Amino acid sequence: MASIQILAAHPQLQHSRVTRALMNSAHALPPGLVEVRDLYALYPDYLIDIAAEQAALEEARLVVWLHPVQWYGMPALMKLWVDEVLTYDWAYGGSATRLRGKDLWLVASTGGPQESYHPGGYNRYFFDAFLPPYEQTAALCGMRFLPPLLLHGAHRVTPEQLQAHVTVFTDRLRSHPDWPELDELEQCPQCLVPASARPAA
Amino acid sequence: MEHTSWLSNSLIYLAAAVIAVPLARALGLSAIIGYLAAGIAIGPWGLKLVTDAQQILHFAEFGVVLMLFLIGLELEPRRLWAMRRPIFGWGSAQMLGCTGLLLGAALLAGVPWKLALAASLGLAMSSTAIALGALDERNLMSTRSGQSVLSIALLQDIAAIPILALVPLLGSGALSHADAPAGWGALKAAGMVAAIVLGGRLLLRPALRWIANSRTPEVFTAAALLLVVAIAALMQLVQLSMALGAFLAGVLLAENEYRRQLETDLEPFKGLLLGLFFIAVGTSIDFGVVMQQPVLVALLLVGFLGAKLLVMWGIARAIPLPQGERPVFILLLAQGGEFGFVVFQTASQAQLMDAATASLLLAAVALSMLVTPLLLVAVDRWLLPRLAAGKAPPMSEINEPQEAPVIIAGFGRYGQIIGRMMYANGIPATVLEHDAEQVETVRRFGWRVFYGDATRLDLLRMAGAAKARVLVLAIDDIDQSLKVADLAREHFPHLTVVARARNVTHWHELRERQVQLIERETLDSALMSGRSVLEAMGWLPHQARQLAMRFRRHTVQQLEEQRPHYRDQAKLVALAKLGRQQLEELFAQERQDREQRQREGWGQ
Repeated sequence: MASIQILAAHPQLQHSRVTRALMNSAHALPPGLVEVRDLYALYPDYLIDIAAEQAALEEARLVVWLHPVQWYGMPALMKLWVDEVLTYDWAYGGSATRLRGKDLWLVASTGGPQESYHPGGYNRYFFDAFLPPYEQTAALCGMRFLPPLLLHGAHRVTPEQLQAHVTVFTDRLRSHPDWPELDELEQCPQCLVPASARPAA
Repeated sequence: MEHTSWLSNSLIYLAAAVIAVPLARALGLSAIIGYLAAGIAIGPWGLKLVTDAQQILHFAEFGVVLMLFLIGLELEPRRLWAMRRPIFGWGSAQMLGCTGLLLGAALLAGVPWKLALAASLGLAMSSTAIALGALDERNLMSTRSGQSVLSIALLQDIAAIPILALVPLLGSGALSHADAPAGWGALKAAGMVAAIVLGGRLLLRPALRWIANSRTPEVFTAAALLLVVAIAALMQLVQLSMALGAFLAGVLLAENEYRRQLETDLEPFKGLLLGLFFIAVGTSIDFGVVMQQPVLVALLLVGFLGAKLLVMWGIARAIPLPQGERPVFILLLAQGGEFGFVVFQTASQAQLMDAATASLLLAAVALSMLVTPLLLVAVDRWLLPRLAAGKAPPMSEINEPQEAPVIIAGFGRYGQIIGRMMYANGIPATVLEHDAEQVETVRRFGWRVFYGDATRLDLLRMAGAAKARVLVLAIDDIDQSLKVADLAREHFPHLTVVARARNVTHWHELRERQVQLIERETLDSALMSGRSVLEAMGWLPHQARQLAMRFRRHTVQQLEEQRPHYRDQAKLVALAKLGRQQLEELFAQERQDREQRQREGWGQ
């Protein structure tokens, strides 16, 4: 099991430019370092193998979520993965420490250009406004949420822009966890879920 | 043995059938041969257990009547009407051709013309029971040759009416005297047919409904039998063919809502009575006559079989039937038949034919009925493989190599779905199918279809196996499926084989051959039903789906885990028990896993 687990989710990979290029470049990295789990290929029937997913997570130092942004969030199967794999008592709550201290890195692309994520644009919010669910998911599991790597206007990027993006991505994977900006990053907040928040047994 | 009781008679017939038929099947022969052999064994020339074969024959003829009734049930009036040309065209060609050829030969041999005519007419008739029985056994009823055989057999039934009227006239020579009754008889016959048609249309449906409403299944069976017996009796009353009448009644009921019920009720009677009929034929073969004049009987047999084969060959060419179907078609109507018996009896009653001649002819006809199924075996084992080997693709239009990326072997219910899915997505596929009828149908939709057996290397090669990427193994027969898998692995290792497994054993055998992509044909539909059950029991639809999917994964994993032990198991457990043993193991394993599964959210 590799120390970097990339969870890739693209429901139409055959039409993808960015996600596919990123996945391919990750595949080219040393197998002992990176493992790419293509969710839509592994679970075309949406039947996630929870045990296998949790086992892969336990080995990882860095977990990467690689996906296009769809309706201001993650693709459906990835959300299902979150719902089913990050279980109570395993990923969060009580004595769950399995993910604690690991890094979570969001690598996402949007179809809309950067300008659209603006109070004056058709998306009406800065892109940061859509990130709290990700950040809080990481926090609840005791994971460190790294600064996301984003590519806006994915449909219209030039090959050169895409290549530059891919290079940043692979460089980051290779150099993790020695990223300069991580020094300033505060440690994870502790999110303890009290027993009273759970259904009575 | 003179006053054998009903009980001991039943004992003899049933025991003979129960012993002889499985024996014949074990030897790879048809059930008909088994019945005939049983008849010979218990008859006067075998163990001498039965002496009243003629009486039994009359009773057992009812099997033929039932068979034609059931065939009629499958044919709606519209389809029968569509068959009018083959019936009157090919049927008449067979009757006239055979009679003419035999008559010519007899006249050349110096036989008086009246006797020659009666004998030729009798010999031209074929055994409906053997022909249709053999078709049934081979599942050929719906093929083109099957329908042609049926057409000709039907015309013979129709032709029997004027022939049986004509033969006494030949004997008496007093034509003027017989004119009036013949005309009157025709009128009566027409009236009876009209009455049956009208009665069938107007009265039967309410009557059957009333009987069905009594909710006593055996009474409905009795009614079904009564219906056929009554029609047969009515037809006999006006001297029409009982079988023909029953057939007409069947056609009339083909659109009736009780059709399936009638079919299921009468089917077992048909089978048993037909068996009895064949036993009786076997019993009635007079080996005394054969042994007295072996050369003459042999000459007669070979001569009339040869003449009829010739005529049938001409018809097969004229229709024209596909090469592969021809030999069986030609052979099926070559033998003499039960109507021949009746014609000869009538002729000897009319003193047109002396008893010795009649029994000579009877022996020849009976022997021909014995020979036909044997010849069919020869055709199957020897001629057809040769025909197939002679020309690489038996169907002439496609003999250039194919290059579609997908080959589908077997285009039955499973292969068709895959084929249609490929078609819908614009993926060209080459289909290999051994059912000629199926081939014709599929080809009409513009598919590349090879007629033939996918277990043949040359055919696979011709279908483009060397260049294709995927081979779909959708063949019904397990042995053949495995044979093709072996061929593919040995000669076309680059092919990705996608296989359908009929059952768990088949699955293991395929895995043994390195086939990776296997679906058990019943698994997914059964899981869908399982989902429905869960939903009906109150589970939520999405939950039911998830449980079914998890069960699927679990059961596939289990099979995979059993794989190393599959051979031991097979050695340990007799093959017949294997299915149950596997089930027991699966149940045990599932019980064991249940607790763990609950934690995994696998079941409730």
